[in-house]
Amino acid sequence: MPGRTLYDKLWDAHVVHVEPDGTTLLYIDRHLVHEVTSPQAFEGLKLAGRKPWRTSSAVAVPDHNVPTTDRSQGIADPVSRLQVETLDANCAEFGITEFKMNDIRQGIVHVIGPEEGLTLPGMTVVCGDSHTSTHGAFGALAHAIGTSEFEHELATQCLVQKKSKAMRIRVEGELGKGVTAKDVALAIIGEIGTAGGTGYAVEFAGSAIRGLSMEGRMTLCNMAIEAGARAGMVAVDEKTVEYFRGRPYAPKGELFDQAAAYWKTLVSDADARFDAEVVLDAARIKPQVTWGTSPEMVVTVDGKVPNPADAPSEVKRHDWERALAYMGLAAGTPIEQIAIDKVFIGSCTNSRIEDLREAAAVVKGKHKAANVKLAMVVPGSGLVKQQAEQEGLDKVFLEAGFEWREPGCSMCLAMNADRLEPGERCASTSNRNFEGRQGAGGRTHLVSPAMAAAAGIAGHFVDVRNF
Amino acid sequence: MKPFTRLDGLVAPLDRANVDTDAIIPKQFLKSIKRSGFGPNLFDEWRYLDVGEPGKSNHDRPLNPEFVLNQPRYQGASVLLARENFGCGSSREHAPWALEDYGFRAIIAPSFADIFYNNCFKNGLLPIVLDAAIVDKLFKQCEANEGYALTVDLDKQTVTTPTGEAIPFEVDAGRKYRLLNGLDDIGPTLLHSDKIKAYEERRKAEAPWLFA
Repeated sequence: MPGRTLYDKLWDAHVVHVEPDGTTLLYIDRHLVHEVTSPQAFEGLKLAGRKPWRTSSAVAVPDHNVPTTDRSQGIADPVSRLQVETLDANCAEFGITEFKMNDIRQGIVHVIGPEEGLTLPGMTVVCGDSHTSTHGAFGALAHAIGTSEFEHELATQCLVQKKSKAMRIRVEGELGKGVTAKDVALAIIGEIGTAGGTGYAVEFAGSAIRGLSMEGRMTLCNMAIEAGARAGMVAVDEKTVEYFRGRPYAPKGELFDQAAAYWKTLVSDADARFDAEVVLDAARIKPQVTWGTSPEMVVTVDGKVPNPADAPSEVKRHDWERALAYMGLAAGTPIEQIAIDKVFIGSCTNSRIEDLREAAAVVKGKHKAANVKLAMVVPGSGLVKQQAEQEGLDKVFLEAGFEWREPGCSMCLAMNADRLEPGERCASTSNRNFEGRQGAGGRTHLVSPAMAAAAGIAGHFVDVRNF
Repeated sequence: MKPFTRLDGLVAPLDRANVDTDAIIPKQFLKSIKRSGFGPNLFDEWRYLDVGEPGKSNHDRPLNPEFVLNQPRYQGASVLLARENFGCGSSREHAPWALEDYGFRAIIAPSFADIFYNNCFKNGLLPIVLDAAIVDKLFKQCEANEGYALTVDLDKQTVTTPTGEAIPFEVDAGRKYRLLNGLDDIGPTLLHSDKIKAYEERRKAEAPWLFA
C-alpha cells in the first residue's frame, strides 16, 4: 500500500459512507458554534421537526458581536444583542454547552477551541466560520461550513464532502529575527495567490514549521483560507501532544496516553504523494505588509507599493489600480513612509498570549505616536487576557498609550462597535484587508503583532528587525 | 429549496476578480437572524453612496450610478457574469442568500472559492465554471449587446448564447440531482442512520476519548 498523507489518515478515519461518485459522508467529532452563522440553522432544524444527533459534540460561544469595552451593561446595539440572545436561547433549548459573554472562558471561537482542549488531534472539526482552518494546527481536519451544512451536521453528525486534492507547503530553514508565523503566512499567499490553494487541503511542513510554537502554527493554518484552501494542517509532534496535557476537555490519565499514542501516528508517511508541492526558504522571508485589498497584495517591509503597469495580467492591472485608489496610495511609495491612524492587535489570527508578548516587547517603555488616534489590543479569550495581566502585559500596553480590551473578534470584521471610519488607515494583525472589512471605507494593512506594535510607536510602518 | 432546471436570463457583468463575500454582503447585515431579505443590501458598499445599516430603509439611499447593477440595461438580471475566484473570504451563507434574494439564479465565472461554491448549491443558485477565455468572450458580447441573455440548461449542462452557441459545463452528479429536484441533503443522509450509528460504535471502541 502506498504511503498516506496526514490528510488521507484524517479523512479515512471519518468515512461513514461513500457514494459511487466519491461523495462521502464524513463523521464530525467537534462542532464549534458562534452567534452569527447559527440562528438560521437552529430555526431550520426546528421548522423541520428534526432533533440534533449528538449535542455533546457542540460547544458555543458568542464572539463576533460582543463589545470589547465594559460589558456590565450588556450589548448596546439591539440587533447585535438579539443575535447573542438568540444563541443563548438556542443553546438552552438544545442543551448545548455555551461559554456566555461574561464567562472567563469566553473568547474567539478559534482561540477557545484549542485552549479548552475542545479541539484535539485527529478530530474532524467544523464551525460556521472560514477561519476554522486554524484548528488544523493540531493535526485535526478542520473545515469551515455554511449555515445549511451546519444544520445538516446538527441533524446527522456528518458532512457531505468530496475529498480535496492534497498540497504540501514546505518551509525549510530558520526564520530570521523578527520574522513570525504571520510573515510566513503572508509570504506564502504572496507566492501562490489567494486562489492558489483552492480545491486543496494544505499541509504545512518543513523545519521552519516544526520550529514554530503551537500558537504560530495556529496563525499559519488560520490564514490557509486566505490562500483559498478550506483546510490547513500541521503534523502532530511532541509539542502538539504536550499542548493538551491538563486542558479541561482533553483526556486525562491513561486515556491521555492512549490518545497520545494515536495522535503520534498523525503524520504524513515518508512515501506519501501530494498533488502539488511548494517550497519556501525560511531565511529569505522578511516582515510582510499588505498594500492592497486582497491578502495576496503583499510586499516586504523594505519594499515599495507596486506599479500596476508591472502587473502580470490585464485583469490584475485593473485590480491593482482599483486597490491603490481605494487604499489612497501612489505606486512607488516606500512601505516605511506609509503613516497610519489606528492599530489593531487581535483576531483569531494573532490574539494569543505569544502574540501579545511579541507586541508588548516592542512597545515596552515607549509611547504611541501622536498621529495614531487609537491603538487597541484585544486578547483572544478571557483566559488569554487573564494570563497577560498576570505577566503585566496590560500595564506595558496601557503605559504605551494602547487600549486594553475585553476578548472578541472586534475590529477584524467590525460587527461590534470597533471599526475604522472612512479613509482611516490601520496596521492590523487580522487576516483580511478586503474593501470595507474593518469598516466602510477603512484601509487595512495586514502585519504581524510586532510590526503592528512598532507602527503604533513610530506612526508609520517600520522594519521591526531594526526597531 | 427552489429547484433549478432551465433559465433564460438577462446577464449582468461584474468585471472584477476576487470578489469577496464581505463585498457581496457586508458584515452589518449578518446580524440578522433570518435567511431572507438580504437582496436590497447585495453589494451594498458598491451599490450605494452612503453606508447601509440593518433596519434602515434602502429606498431613499443614494445609488452609485457607476455600479453595474444600477444601470438601467441590467435591471432584472438573473445571470451574473464574474471573474476568477468569485466568493472568496468568509464562509457566510448570507452571500448566496443575498444573490438569490436579489434575483440571481446562476453565476458564471472562471473559478469560485470552495466554500461559496458549495453554499450556492444549498440555495438553488447554480455556480458555473467556464474557461477564462470563454468568460472573457461572454463579457465582451454582454457589454456590446443591450438585453444580452443566456440560456442555462442544468439537465443538459449547457449555457447557450443568443447566437445559438451551446457551451458545455461540468457539475457534480449528486449536486445536479439535488438542485434539479430542489432537495436538501438532510433527508438523504438520514437514510444512512444505521451506518452513522455503526461508525460511532466502532469509533467509541477505537478512540473512547472522543465520546467522553
